[in-house]
Amino acid sequence: MPRPSTPEHIADPWGARTPYARGETWPERVDAVLEDGLSDDEVDRWVQTASLLHSNGDAMDIAVRNGRIAGVRGRAGDRVNRGRLDPKDAYAWQANASPDRLTRPLVRQYGRLSEADWDTAMSLVVDKARHHLDGQGPSALGFYTTGQLFLEEYYALSLIVRGGIGSSHLDGNTRLCTATAATALKESFACDGQPGSYTDIDHADTIALFGHNVAETQPVLWMRMLDRLNGPNPPALVCVDPRSTPVAEHATVHVAPLPGTNMALVNALLHELIENGWYDRDYVDAHTVGFDELKSTVENYPPERAAEICDVPAEQIRQAARIIGTAERLLSTVLQGFYQSNQATAAAVGVNNIHIIRGMLGKPGAGVLQMNGQPTAQNTRETGADGDLPGFRNWANDAHVAELADIWNVEPKQIPHYAEPTHAMQILRYAEQGSIRFLWITGTNPAVSLPELGRIRSILEQERLFVVVQDLYLTETAQLADVVLPAATWGEKTGTFTNTDRTVHLSEKAVEPPGEARADLDILLDFAQRLDLRDKDGEPLVPWSDAESVFEAWKSCSAGRPCDYSGLSYEKLRGGSGIQWPCNDEHPDGTERLYEDGRFFADPDYCETYGHDLVTGTTMEPTEYRALNPSGRALIRAAHYQPPHEPTDRTYPFLLTTGRTIFHFHTRTKTGRTPELQAAEPDVWVEMSAGDADSCGFSEGELLEIGTPRGSIVARLRIGTTRDGVMFLPFHYGYWDTPGGHEPDGPGRAANELTPTDWDPASKQPIFKVSAARVRRAPRSGTERRAHDAESGREER
Amino acid sequence: MNKVNALLRIVYGAENNLARRLRAIGDRHSSDHEIYHVSRDLAGWSEEHARLLAGHARERGYELGGADRRIPRPWHILRAKAGELTGRRPETGLLAVWDMRKLHLDAVGLSLDWEIVGQTAQALKDEDLLALSTRCHPDTLRQARWANHMVKTLSPQAMAS
Repeated sequence: MPRPSTPEHIADPWGARTPYARGETWPERVDAVLEDGLSDDEVDRWVQTASLLHSNGDAMDIAVRNGRIAGVRGRAGDRVNRGRLDPKDAYAWQANASPDRLTRPLVRQYGRLSEADWDTAMSLVVDKARHHLDGQGPSALGFYTTGQLFLEEYYALSLIVRGGIGSSHLDGNTRLCTATAATALKESFACDGQPGSYTDIDHADTIALFGHNVAETQPVLWMRMLDRLNGPNPPALVCVDPRSTPVAEHATVHVAPLPGTNMALVNALLHELIENGWYDRDYVDAHTVGFDELKSTVENYPPERAAEICDVPAEQIRQAARIIGTAERLLSTVLQGFYQSNQATAAAVGVNNIHIIRGMLGKPGAGVLQMNGQPTAQNTRETGADGDLPGFRNWANDAHVAELADIWNVEPKQIPHYAEPTHAMQILRYAEQGSIRFLWITGTNPAVSLPELGRIRSILEQERLFVVVQDLYLTETAQLADVVLPAATWGEKTGTFTNTDRTVHLSEKAVEPPGEARADLDILLDFAQRLDLRDKDGEPLVPWSDAESVFEAWKSCSAGRPCDYSGLSYEKLRGGSGIQWPCNDEHPDGTERLYEDGRFFADPDYCETYGHDLVTGTTMEPTEYRALNPSGRALIRAAHYQPPHEPTDRTYPFLLTTGRTIFHFHTRTKTGRTPELQAAEPDVWVEMSAGDADSCGFSEGELLEIGTPRGSIVARLRIGTTRDGVMFLPFHYGYWDTPGGHEPDGPGRAANELTPTDWDPASKQPIFKVSAARVRRAPRSGTERRAHDAESGREER
Repeated sequence: MNKVNALLRIVYGAENNLARRLRAIGDRHSSDHEIYHVSRDLAGWSEEHARLLAGHARERGYELGGADRRIPRPWHILRAKAGELTGRRPETGLLAVWDMRKLHLDAVGLSLDWEIVGQTAQALKDEDLLALSTRCHPDTLRQARWANHMVKTLSPQAMAS
């Protein structure tokens, strides 16, 4: 039980229920948190924004008092949260005022980072960039961005890198969170774009969650589901997760497959749907291609076979299939349990297949939500800051590239489009090989968030690599940089961003950033100007001066494309609710659901991609796509199960999976600096099943050492949430608040010390959720540790 | 019949050869993780094809075994270690392009072999042989396309840096 002093949103993260029935509007519930002792009438003004701490897009207002942020309040009129706040929304605004915010640029001199003025720091960055451009060319420069800047900043970055510098090496850390969502949608519908809407929860009779612990990753969305579950005619809930999450506790059926086996499970579900005739033959005939291949593939996956692979009861698979197959309004959601696992894209596409063959798309309550992990991940996908071209344009379609070149007024050959844009893991690989010499990291912390941290640190530490880090704090990554640029964040700058269900929100500046910190957009515009980037007529390539002018330019770039913003403006977004794209003359109030009436963005001349081989990652040729899908239908793509690359063995008998807690976001840069959230989960822990803990002789709270072929860390044991054979570690904890600073000093604690360098060949999303691991009691003293090491050394010999 | 047996032996040899080449490429580029993992997955396909071929030949009373020359484990470890040690050198990018080029040519040759198997099966109305070719040939094409795709993806950085 929480102590009486536990803050309200920590003790009860989902708050009071406001039950509602199917088809009704979700009732409002306005949450607010103000500084101790402050009352509403003492607030100077309220400033409109939305949450930057998860992908849900909770709309809120910032309370400003004496030029400082003094609290937040949910926006009652917004379609996303109807006034609610989750624990991170409620408290993490305090991190803006953390005393260790970066306030001046830092430059490495004689091995140490020391303060410098902006002109010195930017001149150094520009000189280095120019040096490598003149020497090696654009292939020497890489840019690794985030899922936490604003749309305007990504679009500027995309223009600077793809149109100005002409480098192919631009990607976001969205590669870790949302790449599979985007790829799965692109494989099934030939174009990115979320089919469903959050309001589908209001209409669904069945909700299936695939590797999506929504209660912790998007708590406000879970509140919506809880309110349906507590109302009349609640939906059935299907949960696929190896852990007993809060979602699993409420599920009608909870299937807990072994990590790495999702594909076998989804194929078995599809097998049952087809075998029992639970699909819409007319829809399949009229709107899809590829059904026969799916049928012949999933014939090999009767529930008994999947039961063996996944280690779950076959009857449970049948039960889940029956619920999904007989649903009249089916909503499915997918997240990291699929995206960061073995065969990520193929399994997520499998969920799309369920909806395509059942015709469960584009109707109230019938939709797919391929979720995002980060608040503005959606915008990296739209603007081309993530390994795509802006406006969901197809890099393999010369007409699309020519159109983009026209919008940017550059030659088409200036925009690299000879191969798929370089993904994050490959950018790091080129840096490791030494062919990328300049790496600019904006708003992300790869020294904690990427797999196999020992390797990542060794790449970033190289003398031959010039690293620029733009962030709020001296993160683990910033400590390895050559230049650190202090950035402004949420509440200190203006811009827009878009959540998982395509809802665009305006986020306005409420207070001044600390010290000399500058908005990311201003830093990028300054860089473009200093680098003197020009268009083909010799005019400045990046003509903008503020966020709104970038937004206006983005409106023209997106016009006519699926993510059409042309009907939006800052003025229109001010005051009311967020608005879902496409928003244009035809849909002035936005668009709730895509793919009504079985119409898709899949025409060969319009689509964003020609698709991939889901197993090898090979890109399909335009002619192949034209032959396969001449009239732009939905694509049913099938794949066989492939075992994970790192099976368990006698030395490493457990499967290790990593994940999230409700109280932290990413590498805790903000949430670790928020007293309520930090106190709620102060340190790393490891979860094991009661059976496994018992057979190893471990007890609750004991310090354990968890090891994989990459390394080992120490964490305290929590018993009871994972299935047998599986261990779980939260990935949030790094070293900035430990003596090591950016690396372990003694036993490590970052889960990514252990994870493998391996990724899904189609989406290139790293596989964080399947490693073979071992566990033992942590040695207490240095002597004991050495004895232990000597012993395990003997074992290995 | 002897001609078919000879053809099966050729295809069997080529599948084993492709599997060995894929595993060697995986080891050599153990620091290029996508190459490492996918090439090992694809080696598994060829090893499966070789097993199916041997099984099919056995049914016809013809023994194909013995040609499966697995790489001894110490050699495999040595090669992977060398891949790790040289993984930081820019030249490995060029080497990967070259390896993929050779792999593509091998896979395309093997694809033609399967074409001959398929045509032969139809001419002889041999259902089992046709099923074998229908089962394996698409995989070979996917292996060839992957190598081509990797050449396309890797060569710009390898050549222009």
